[in-house]
Amino acid sequence: MQKFTVLDGLVVPLDRANVDTDAIIPKQFLKSIKRAGFGPNLFDEWRYLDHGESGMDNSKRKPNPDFVLNQPRYQGAQILLARENFGCGSSREHAPWALEDYGFRAIIATSFADIFFNNCFKNGLLPIRLSAEQVDALFKAVAANVGYKLTIDLERQTITAPDGTVYKFEVEIFRKHCLLNGLDDISLTLQHVAEIKAYEAKRRAAQPWLFL
Amino acid sequence: MGTQTLYDKLWNAHVVRQEADGTALIYIDRHLVHEVTSPQAFEGLRLAGRKPWRIASMLAVADHNVPTTGRAQGIADPISRLQVDTLDQNCEELGITEFKMSDVRQGIVHVIGPEQGATLPGMTVVCGDSHTSTHGAFAALAFGIGTSEVEHVMATQCLLMKKAKAMRVVVDGALHKSVTAKDIALAVIGKIGTAGGTGFAIEFSGSTIRGLSMEGRMTVCNMSIEAGARAGMIAADDMTINYLKGRPFAPQGELWDKAVSYWRTLHSDDGAKFDAVVKLDAAQIKPQVTWGTSPEMVVAVDGRVPDPATMSDAVKREGAERALLYMGLKANTPIAEIKIDKVFIGSCTNARIEDLRAAAVIARGKHIAANVKLAMVVPGSGLVKRQAEQEGLDKIFIAAGFEWREPGCSMCLAMNDDKLLPGERCASTSNRNFEGRQGSGGRTHLVSPEMAAAAAIAGHFVDVSK
Ligand code: SF4
Repeated sequence: MQKFTVLDGLVVPLDRANVDTDAIIPKQFLKSIKRAGFGPNLFDEWRYLDHGESGMDNSKRKPNPDFVLNQPRYQGAQILLARENFGCGSSREHAPWALEDYGFRAIIATSFADIFFNNCFKNGLLPIRLSAEQVDALFKAVAANVGYKLTIDLERQTITAPDGTVYKFEVEIFRKHCLLNGLDDISLTLQHVAEIKAYEAKRRAAQPWLFL
Repeated sequence: MGTQTLYDKLWNAHVVRQEADGTALIYIDRHLVHEVTSPQAFEGLRLAGRKPWRIASMLAVADHNVPTTGRAQGIADPISRLQVDTLDQNCEELGITEFKMSDVRQGIVHVIGPEQGATLPGMTVVCGDSHTSTHGAFAALAFGIGTSEVEHVMATQCLLMKKAKAMRVVVDGALHKSVTAKDIALAVIGKIGTAGGTGFAIEFSGSTIRGLSMEGRMTVCNMSIEAGARAGMIAADDMTINYLKGRPFAPQGELWDKAVSYWRTLHSDDGAKFDAVVKLDAAQIKPQVTWGTSPEMVVAVDGRVPDPATMSDAVKREGAERALLYMGLKANTPIAEIKIDKVFIGSCTNARIEDLRAAAVIARGKHIAANVKLAMVVPGSGLVKRQAEQEGLDKIFIAAGFEWREPGCSMCLAMNDDKLLPGERCASTSNRNFEGRQGSGGRTHLVSPEMAAAAAIAGHFVDVSK
């Protein structure tokens, strides 16, 4: 997994609440058996004027000029700014895969849906919750300043705006540790094989019907 | 231990170890697998040279991509076919029990788990699918996970997670005629919002919930995720135990008795503390219809499409305006005047036998309206289908002009050929009305099976409780 330490990235605003994972990556792209290559179809229904299917040459499709990701000033954005309940709906990890493949490394929103929030951390993406007022202030700042960038420092848990404003954010210690070091959960868990086996043996003895 | 909630009991029983910050390693008893969210996990396992920890904990089925007609010809779409073939190959190679497309036990993963007795009280149940919350109806701790977590469970039989807060939703009183579990679920979401349950595990309780069948309880728990909660659950009682008796994966004989005496402890203790409590009066719940593009955009069937202009919250107002535009609806339109083009009775929310029976009662001896282009019934599993056919429900539906299909997810998410065309309006018993969910540009109204059947007959929404 890609490490996340300090990110100095361009911000793109997606001003909608309840952005669901069906919108982030529509179902027709879930048929892939691979993890990569979802970026060109991120927000497909909003991003293109025609209907997308997997296997299409996306460079030949008509982009929707009104969709924020297509505006020239936001090209190369690495930070997505959103509203409440971002990533709700389906558990598809294809959503963070698509965001990451597109080039995003962090998402700032008022709140996130649980499964999506979890899935981000498994893919080197940092989801950050800020208060509704702070998110509002950022939406205004992005709109007012072309090329608006933020600096996200995971170690210090800060977001620094160009005017010097510093926003503190929360992140669980364990998740922070994994993200800072690019650690993969499975190898970490497998350090506890003995404990898992001991637990399992106890459980098998107490509730043998679970092991039929 | 003091007084504990059901969630406390389930959680505590599964903690293998705990980190200082509260992150726990939780043991997983049952891992359900389907074709869409598993290929990358199997691939990851293989690349790392790992083997699944406990094959017997896994049960696999293809449901999202499978066709609902012409099964004998296989899957026409080569990309869908590859995904289903990949699941078959992975299961064969590793010796994982799988119900293949030709197996009568095949069906939607959340229908077949309980139907087989593979979901038992006291279990942790996971699946790479958000509606895994369905299984919580059996006093199990059941939740959806992403593909990385699918791989993590395969490799370690555990998951890393933090304990959620506990919410109790209490529904008391008698339901009006033709008000169903689906209407309870939608009414709860209408009340707390789609993010209202975020960070919570919800326990549904109260006399109304206790009075629901297991099918109804599954419908309620299924929709927990639509309220933002990863898990929903209901205490075990006689209903739970009677449902499970004799199911293929359930214990038998002495083990059954032992299991039952444990299961009887799976309820919240009197006086157990919850972080939040929400109360609903069953008598106030009417048949529900969603009008927008989020399940919280819901009103009673005798209501009207709301007017965004009356909403004070700017984000909500803009969301509602966008939803009305997408849905092709005008503010203040009476719900009963909304005409539909298609009807879908199916999905892991409402495709069990009881759902089909309820819809059949409405459809019996009637015919779908001229403006309804397609009304389809997609049973939740091959066994549900067989049962329905034994009861003659298929004949009722077919005589009424409905199509009777093979089991699968079908138009709940439209990954197979069953989809809405742009602009088409559908009365659907599924769980998500997101933009494009049932087909690009398609417009979904979530309702109960009775409401969907009645809308098919009338060509527009009608109040089935009248
Ligand atoms: S029926 Fe719909 S919600 Fe249920 S598992 Fe299938 S796609 Fe998901």
